[in-house]
Amino acid sequence: MEERTNSPAARLYRSMYLIRRVEEEIIRLYPTDKIKSPVHLSIGQEAVSAAVCDHLEKSDVLFGTYRGHALYLAKGGDVPRMMAELYGKVDGCARGKAGSMHLVDPSVNMMGTSAVVATGISNAVGAALALKMQKSKAIVVCFFGEGATDEGAWHESMNFASLRKLPILFVCENNFYAIYSHVKDRLAGPGLQARSNAYGIPAELVEDHEPMKLHERAGAAVAAVRRGDGPRFLECMTYRWRDHVGPGEDRVHKYRPDEELNAKIEGDNLKIVGDLLSADQRKSIEAAEEKRVADAIAFAEASTFPEDQEVYDHVFAG
Amino acid sequence: MSLRADNRTLTYGEAVFEATRSEMARDPSVFVMGQGVDDARGMFGTTLGLHKEFGSERSFDVPLAEDAMTGVGIGAALMGMRPIQVHQRMDFVLLCMNQIVNMASKMSYMFSGAHKVPLVIRAIIGRSWGQGAQHSQAFHSYFMHIPGLRVVAPTTPHDAKGCLIQAIRDDNPVIMIEHRMLHNVKGVVPPESYEIAYGKARVLSPGKDITIVGISHMALECVRAKHLLEDAGIDAEVIDPVSLSPLDISTIAASVERTGRLLVVDTGWLSCGASSEILSETFERIGERRHFVAKRLGYLPTPCPTTKILENLYYPSPQSIAQATYRLVRGENATAWQPGKVDSAEVAEFRGPF
Repeated sequence: MEERTNSPAARLYRSMYLIRRVEEEIIRLYPTDKIKSPVHLSIGQEAVSAAVCDHLEKSDVLFGTYRGHALYLAKGGDVPRMMAELYGKVDGCARGKAGSMHLVDPSVNMMGTSAVVATGISNAVGAALALKMQKSKAIVVCFFGEGATDEGAWHESMNFASLRKLPILFVCENNFYAIYSHVKDRLAGPGLQARSNAYGIPAELVEDHEPMKLHERAGAAVAAVRRGDGPRFLECMTYRWRDHVGPGEDRVHKYRPDEELNAKIEGDNLKIVGDLLSADQRKSIEAAEEKRVADAIAFAEASTFPEDQEVYDHVFAG
Repeated sequence: MSLRADNRTLTYGEAVFEATRSEMARDPSVFVMGQGVDDARGMFGTTLGLHKEFGSERSFDVPLAEDAMTGVGIGAALMGMRPIQVHQRMDFVLLCMNQIVNMASKMSYMFSGAHKVPLVIRAIIGRSWGQGAQHSQAFHSYFMHIPGLRVVAPTTPHDAKGCLIQAIRDDNPVIMIEHRMLHNVKGVVPPESYEIAYGKARVLSPGKDITIVGISHMALECVRAKHLLEDAGIDAEVIDPVSLSPLDISTIAASVERTGRLLVVDTGWLSCGASSEILSETFERIGERRHFVAKRLGYLPTPCPTTKILENLYYPSPQSIAQATYRLVRGENATAWQPGKVDSAEVAEFRGPF
């Protein structure tokens, strides 16, 4: 989400590059144990968040999951405050009480992410209900993995969103694996588009390695929801390069073929988008984002830990 | 309960309706959602016709999807709305636990005040005329366990109105426990708007020999037991906690400090229950300086049987409360005493069906 003066490819590259570099820095810093928190990295999946969020306004409301770094950054979440949050510092986006799994930035309507699979989906539907009651022009976008569609909460939420024709876009990041469990071992029937259609919600699937097509189809879906056509469902095929949790690779667990992972890394979406730009364009974007990342880490390092009495703060609002 | 010059009486159910209606009129962000809230019965009259007065956008039926519907309420609350969710039976609230525990009660803390969840969940406990094992359960202690959640269980129509108004205006999630046996009980309810503060117990009837704490419907049964005990020359103080989380332990402990005896009668099971909490907090507060004897009564440690003959054994009654009180005051070796008979009309006359 940024000023739309640059080309879509340039905007996507900037967003994806930022996400990639923030997470590479998390990997670099992790052995120092300054980030005392589980991290669920999005490396390999950056295109989905970047492509969808490029069509959103600041007032549009976003719900996501514990694999939420990409989403937070793509929606324009504050980078230094994210890094300070990972460090558990008082200048973090939730003063250190959230960590990596619950990033929040109300100033851009990034509503905060949940670590219990599928639990934020109905909240997103409720936010869409509120927007409709308030006659707002904003829409809700709800991100989740394909694992969340196993949960009853997803089905109940899809039904109600369709019943009330709510302004919400459901974005499923289908990366095939719920931890190490393959979707084919969990999903019966003809797939998620068919399930979405069964609830009366038009659905579309976009294959991996087509970031510009993903960007275009996300734009169409966002426009439909904004027009008041009711919910839309976008199934985005994608792939997580790293382990389910933690900074490492997970080839040692042998739950997915090496060749499958190698092919995904080979077809890196960041490179695909970068190749659409000139070397100079890339260099200028990269330099700017590198500075943001370095500044964010410096900010986190310089910040302090919360005082003891903060442990009692905010149990209740007000 | 303060008696007023006009002395207007309403049933508990009418008091809940009046609180809801006046808050909906006052604040357009207040709305009601729940299975059957807009049907011909209107949730035992507590939501009857609100959809006609305020429109079907503000009082509406929902699919049988407790999990997601709770989440929808939370999501709407995050955006500044003030939903009231209603469950005909508390047993079904078990299907909402993930949203209540993992989301509603944690959002303020987890996001350091970036979000608030002004959500009211009304949960009705059933009893009598064959409600059986799955339409009679009382889970208030589950919710008392959770930081970030307020739990109120008003007994009188007066407190039902004030607690609900307070809950609707609160920026935090509140579980309001209503006992179905209370819905038709009458009491004085001032017509104007008022709030009942959290964490303030109500002394329903003062006394000097023993402190009896009765939760929700059991507070009513405890007042009946108090009258039976007059026959044995025992003067019991009956306290209604009203608010279960936060609990007003000061009022209870001060009473026990005077009487030296505590009986807690819960609308629920004893193990890890509200009665355990009240007893242990009271002990922590005054145990070092004041010796006191204590006992707890509640549901039998079984599921609720459907047949009336067994169901009668399952619940504490004015007689069993009076008997337990007598033993606590006079000691185990005292002369036997049989309490008189008293009618719990709201139980005896209940024909449901729910």
